[in-house]
Amino acid sequence: METRGIRTGKHFMMGNVACAEGAIAAGCEFAAGYPITPASEITHTLAKRLLEVEGYFLQTEDEISAICAAIGASWAGKKVLVPTSGPGISLMLENIGFAVGVETPCVLVNVQRGGPTTGAPTMGLQGDMVQPRRGSHGDYEIIALCPSSPQDMFDLTVHAFNLAERYRVPVFVMSDAFVGHMREEVTIPQPDKIDRVYRKTPKEGTDLSKIKVFLDEDVAPMPIFGRGFKSHVTSSCHDEHGNRNLIDPTALNNFIRRLRNKILKHRDEIVQVEADYDGCDLALLAYGAVARCAKEAVHVARSKGLNAGYLRVITSWPFPQQEIQDLARNVKRILVLENNSGQYYPYVKAESAGNADVEFLPPEILGQVHGLDYVVEKIEEMYR
Amino acid sequence: MNAVQHPLRKYLRPSVQATGFCPGCGDGTIMQCVLRAIDELKLDMDDFVFVSGIGCAAWVISPFFNADVLHTTHGRPIAYATGVKLNLPDKKVMVISGDGDLTAIGGNHLIHAARRNIDMVVVCINNGIYGMTGGQVAPTTPRGARTITTPYGSLENPFDIAPMVQAAGASYVARWTAYHPRQLTKSIKRAIEKKGFAFVEVISQCPVQFGAKTGAGSAVEMLKTFKNRSISVNKASEMKPGEIGDKIVVGEFVDTDKPELCEEIAKTKKRIGEEK
Repeated sequence: METRGIRTGKHFMMGNVACAEGAIAAGCEFAAGYPITPASEITHTLAKRLLEVEGYFLQTEDEISAICAAIGASWAGKKVLVPTSGPGISLMLENIGFAVGVETPCVLVNVQRGGPTTGAPTMGLQGDMVQPRRGSHGDYEIIALCPSSPQDMFDLTVHAFNLAERYRVPVFVMSDAFVGHMREEVTIPQPDKIDRVYRKTPKEGTDLSKIKVFLDEDVAPMPIFGRGFKSHVTSSCHDEHGNRNLIDPTALNNFIRRLRNKILKHRDEIVQVEADYDGCDLALLAYGAVARCAKEAVHVARSKGLNAGYLRVITSWPFPQQEIQDLARNVKRILVLENNSGQYYPYVKAESAGNADVEFLPPEILGQVHGLDYVVEKIEEMYR
Repeated sequence: MNAVQHPLRKYLRPSVQATGFCPGCGDGTIMQCVLRAIDELKLDMDDFVFVSGIGCAAWVISPFFNADVLHTTHGRPIAYATGVKLNLPDKKVMVISGDGDLTAIGGNHLIHAARRNIDMVVVCINNGIYGMTGGQVAPTTPRGARTITTPYGSLENPFDIAPMVQAAGASYVARWTAYHPRQLTKSIKRAIEKKGFAFVEVISQCPVQFGAKTGAGSAVEMLKTFKNRSISVNKASEMKPGEIGDKIVVGEFVDTDKPELCEEIAKTKKRIGEEK
């Protein structure tokens, strides 16, 4: 039943379309969104494709409504996707916090565009990299993935659904206008070759006062609606059964720590990087569209006899602490490349402190991916 | 041990013992009307998903109703309820929340849900003020009324909520006051049975904030005012606009049948399946 409608095969496909196909392949049955450039192709594709697999895409009156409807749909038991760009995420942030607080699986795709504010909708900028981590108020953890290609848009969207379902959390796919609008070969596997995770739910007839359904660091089963559980779901500070508690600081302490630990305790299972820096003095660190340039620049530098390497961050949050410490212990210098003014760089620098020197290289012009020659010259300069 | 139990107690969560409503609040009356409507229709609480927002009225269902309850962020219950209903079309979805939640911060969702005519019941408890946060002016506060944020009187026009929701496209719209529990119960029953967006506005008394701040007085005085000022929809329709003044128009504003969103989606899916 879940394998219906998957477009197995090789396609020449736009990143945004690959994201929508990834959602279908992952078993997504509901999406909600408001028109926004440069994410629109995701909604255009899902508007057609979801109805074909007996799901539904709802075009909402605003982005706030989109995230709320998606969370409601997730509590109705469906896998849900919310595609948008930075301004849409800005509007959704309060309710993304709600999804964190009541442990709701959902996938958000931010096809990042030039900002701040209305900015430049058709230009790509990695301008929202810290927003998923710190944008909603309060103290929480988040998972965010960074695709570099249309194939990644497919694969990481499927992976985002699996992480969301496994940990009962919102998961971000941090794309941008370059990757979203890029067209490349995308291979969609056979349905039985696609890994699909579904959330745990309590057995029918379970008395929720007898089991944990919230705040379990190893992820409680989700008492979805419509099955007679009489679930009480409140984003106010609550206990393991969903009972509100607004007077006891230890309840707040549990509420914050257990939600965070659900992700932090499983950091090693969640974090993915792509590393190639053995025996290198210098490593480039990049993610998303810029990681393509970093890898190519390393290839060119090596052809010139320079022992440069790279680390591509796939999971930007939770922060790949261990992986970046390992990198800093193995190389002398790290060059962080981002298509922004240095958003991820301070985190890398802090994690590498005492082990490696960390420099930041923005593109020549913000809103353009770094030019290859420009990066290679910088590498050569660092070896001089 | 008290063997006598309130006949509606069975609909409340066994773990809850008391509400947090202030003395004289209308929320308890309205809570009873909702439960009585469910009882009289012989429905089960498992037939429902209840959704609320933020504010005193949101506490009518959370945590009290022994059912699936989603207590959401301020202004957004209808948006959440839309996602629930579209994906559990066989369940009855009911939102209970206040005038600030549904017509100020959440006004956009209210008119668009009415426009979509999605099948759900929305009970809007309109006390004309922000009660929980300390008596601030609301979009429903009468012009000239003194509140904590309009110390010299409100300078703005209030919303007339029921006709606004009617104009936005709802299948069913009614308005009563907390003085009219029998009529209110009947309208809630009708709203639950209605296929489409069904909206019930209840003018309710908040003696602690509205009564004290605006000079409207005690709960009893406010209920007497509701009684004396209420006129029926039919009577109001025969009056000139200027004559209505500070009267409260009560009754059924609209009760009609038109295409409902969940049914339209089901039909579309069937058509697509047949075309394949």
